Amino acid sequence: MKQKKFNTVGTGVTFSPNLKANICQSARLALLFEASLVLIHVGEKSLKKSATFDAYLAPFLKQGLKASVVFNPGKPVESILESVKENEVDLLILGALKRENFLKYYIGSIARKITRKASCSVMLLINPSIESLPCKHVVVNGLEDQKTPLTISAAFFVAQALSSEKITIVEEVSNTEVGNVQDDKSLRKSTLLKEKISRREDSRIQKILEDIPQKHKENKLVATQPIFGKRGYSIGHYAQVVRADLLVMNAPKASGFMDRLFPHDIEHILTELPTDILIVQ
Amino acid sequence: MSSKKNNIKVFFSALPKNIFSGFVVSLIALPLGLGLAMASEAPPISGIIAAVVGGLMVSILGGSHVTISGPGNGLVGVLLVAISTLGIQGAYAAIICSGALLILLGFLRMGKLADFFPSSAIQGMLAAIGLIILGKQFHIMLGNKLSLDGSVAYLLAIPETIQGAFTYADPGLTFAAVSGVLSLAIMVFYSKTRNQYLQLIPAPMWIVLLSIGFSYYYELVLQQPNPINAMYMISGIPSAQQIVAEIPIPNFSAIGSFSFWTSVLALTLIASIESLLSIKAVDKLDPQKRKSNVNRDLKALGLATIGSGFLGGLNVVTVIARSSVNVNNGGSNRSANFMHALFLVIFIVLFSTQLTRIPLPALMAILVYTGYKLASPNLVRTIFSVGKEQLLIFFTTLLVTLFVDLITGIIAGVVITFIIHVLINKGATVFFRNLLKPNVLMFQEKQSGNYYISVKHFCSFLNFYKLKQKLEDVPQEKDVVLDFSMCQFVDHTVMESISGYQDVFAKRGGHFEVIGLDLHGTDSEHPFALRKLIPGLKKRSGALTKRQLALQEISKGFNLKYVPEKLEDLRFLDGFKHFSTKQIEQLYNRLFNSQDTFKLFDIKYSEGEFIAKEDVRTTMLHIKLEGAIPCFTLDQEGFFEKMSALAGFKDIAIEKHADFSNRFYLRGDDDLAIQNFFTDNLVLFFESNPYYHVESNGASVLVYSKERVAGVKEIKSLHDFGKRLQSELLLCTQNKL
Repeated sequence: MKQKKFNTVGTGVTFSPNLKANICQSARLALLFEASLVLIHVGEKSLKKSATFDAYLAPFLKQGLKASVVFNPGKPVESILESVKENEVDLLILGALKRENFLKYYIGSIARKITRKASCSVMLLINPSIESLPCKHVVVNGLEDQKTPLTISAAFFVAQALSSEKITIVEEVSNTEVGNVQDDKSLRKSTLLKEKISRREDSRIQKILEDIPQKHKENKLVATQPIFGKRGYSIGHYAQVVRADLLVMNAPKASGFMDRLFPHDIEHILTELPTDILIVQ
Repeated sequence: MSSKKNNIKVFFSALPKNIFSGFVVSLIALPLGLGLAMASEAPPISGIIAAVVGGLMVSILGGSHVTISGPGNGLVGVLLVAISTLGIQGAYAAIICSGALLILLGFLRMGKLADFFPSSAIQGMLAAIGLIILGKQFHIMLGNKLSLDGSVAYLLAIPETIQGAFTYADPGLTFAAVSGVLSLAIMVFYSKTRNQYLQLIPAPMWIVLLSIGFSYYYELVLQQPNPINAMYMISGIPSAQQIVAEIPIPNFSAIGSFSFWTSVLALTLIASIESLLSIKAVDKLDPQKRKSNVNRDLKALGLATIGSGFLGGLNVVTVIARSSVNVNNGGSNRSANFMHALFLVIFIVLFSTQLTRIPLPALMAILVYTGYKLASPNLVRTIFSVGKEQLLIFFTTLLVTLFVDLITGIIAGVVITFIIHVLINKGATVFFRNLLKPNVLMFQEKQSGNYYISVKHFCSFLNFYKLKQKLEDVPQEKDVVLDFSMCQFVDHTVMESISGYQDVFAKRGGHFEVIGLDLHGTDSEHPFALRKLIPGLKKRSGALTKRQLALQEISKGFNLKYVPEKLEDLRFLDGFKHFSTKQIEQLYNRLFNSQDTFKLFDIKYSEGEFIAKEDVRTTMLHIKLEGAIPCFTLDQEGFFEKMSALAGFKDIAIEKHADFSNRFYLRGDDDLAIQNFFTDNLVLFFESNPYYHVESNGASVLVYSKERVAGVKEIKSLHDFGKRLQSELLLCTQNKL
């Protein structure tokens, strides 16, 4: 299996109070991933803007970061996606906003559109910070999906880079699979079925894990956990419950209009970010 | 195949008990069936037909185990309206249609329907039904048949009727009123007596027997006509042949009209809610702790309702009072329901002429009592202790139901509940934003095997079904942790249901813990009331009663600690047969030693539900043993035990101690172990000491004597007995080792 590594990290930058934190966080991640950094600014180039970016980047350049700034005026979503393609960015970092007076995060409409349309992996940060924060626990989905092995290997790569201590692979078992409980008999049946599904899922995940390079698995507690709930949503809930620092998920399938009306899978998570999220493409 | 064979064997060995309990239930079902039908202004026999068809069909097709089906009190109000607007034949058509809708609900798995209504609104609706029944029948009970418009008018006319009752010119009416009042007195005082012999026959049947006896007394002994006015005797009880010959033809001509379908909807709604609530409550009483298949039951009830409608009977629902009587009399499977129906058929075939000797007021007194129980002031007090806003919901539903109708009433209840929730949360965003989100996460923790459930956003009657579905998925002998810490708002309905689940889990050997609510209490956005769930009795303040002071005094003498406040953790009582069909309400006035292995306490628990509910307060002694002993129950052998031995309960005989076996009634599952355990010394100990009921759950024993709170002297002797029993049992367990 091809081992995914990020070569170019991109991030959208605008002049907001979060600017410095955004740049610092992205630069730090780029260093950890041994990738180059591209700052994408939607707007005209000006000397003053360049100077600000350079000032924030300076400490990281000293540590050996290769960074460039791209100015691309136009509509935000299209401009950023265009620049992502042009610069061959394979990980786009976006900051989420904190809702006022609420301990909840949400992601702006622009970031959401980009997440849906981006051809590269996207990382959504709920709390970009100037100082580096430890990432102790990574939760990754283990859905039965073609993309899952790639996602899991990416999760291990990131966990290794961030020196996380624990990585949990969550298998989501949907309700339709375990049948309806109506009385003692169906309860027994569904309990047995659940155990069976858990074992099946577990062995599937173990197979995927065998293919992960040993050096990514070192010094890490690797756990699996089957959960019962709504696919794509409950994993966010789980990440919140276990206080994970990063949630790694498969990229969504192309979503249409109906999906936004009746949100499912990743749409739910985008409306209320439980933690930092990495969506692997 | 062997398990199937075994099942058949179990079924047949339990059959005598079920026949017995079916018989006792039929004794209540007969007067209630007649009364409920007459209260609905349907022919009296239609209630019996509903009970018979329901008992036969639901017992065969249903998905619950110890429930009894028949005509329900909840439906009286709706049936009244249906019969007055559609005529009786039109009403039968509506009943048939509602049966079809019930089947549909069953197929759509709408067993969760009752969860969508706030519990205070349901209480309010039931109370309104109680007032409707009470208001109408009160006048007949006092010999004053009225015909007024609207249920409120009946209630307002009650004082007038009471006044009028003292001034009847016709002595026949006075006799009628007296029979009504006496019957009401029987209903009220019956549950207060604990005399075994009186309790052998249920109160409604006493009324029937006494009034038939009274009528025969006049006819045969005094050779006079019955002094009760003939207008106030039950009329129109057809013989069995007549019933078969005169099956009414349902009239479907009104099927296109609006009023027809509102009646059908109301019948379906009330029938399903009443049945679902009853099934839920009865499942808690089932000593074998089985889980009912509610959807299957709904289908069976629907089919039975259709059958009943075609044969001239009323709606068939699951009824709580009769079911609890069934459980208390040893009913263990569906054959009891079947038997209750068979006995009703026998009654009608053999005694249909005798039934006309029952005075109407006597029968209506049973209903007045039922109505009072549904709307009792106690209920209001309990709801008030949960919170003022619950009282508002309760009264809104109650009044709208009384003044408009049932459906509008329950809708009003739902709306006002939602408005209150919005006001409490200072906005509706939390509800609208999160209503459709799958807010419940469940997983089994890998190391411990415990189930963990976390709920996000809010949890109220609007989305409780999501949580409920997860709770249903957990085997009830497992440990569950329910975490509300990510939940902004939890309403009373949810808290109440969860407390029900906690009971069920505790009874089935599991453990159900709720965490994450502590924060809510301190948060100003979440009023205490909505998560304060069990409205316990009045909080005992500093002032102790005389008895409590005496207990305090004794405790010093015995070197025990005394705590008057109630004890929340009642797990140490799990596994005792005595409590398997009972609901423990409160445990207080504890005297215990420093290791908590020896404790005396007062306990309040209830048997049965609704009008068959009886509260018991008693004093018990609990001794925790060091070694394991077999599970057994030891009782004094009396008339009742001999009777029940005939019905299939077995008494374990101890060799060489025929006298002991005669005097004591020993039960348990493992005969051999018990026989080995009862050594000569232990037998001698029991023979030479005052009689106590002694029960073991394997690890500890429970000792008590009377079904009332013990006096100070009695506590002293109980303590003395317990101390000696403890050392005796210690010897036994040591010898075994």
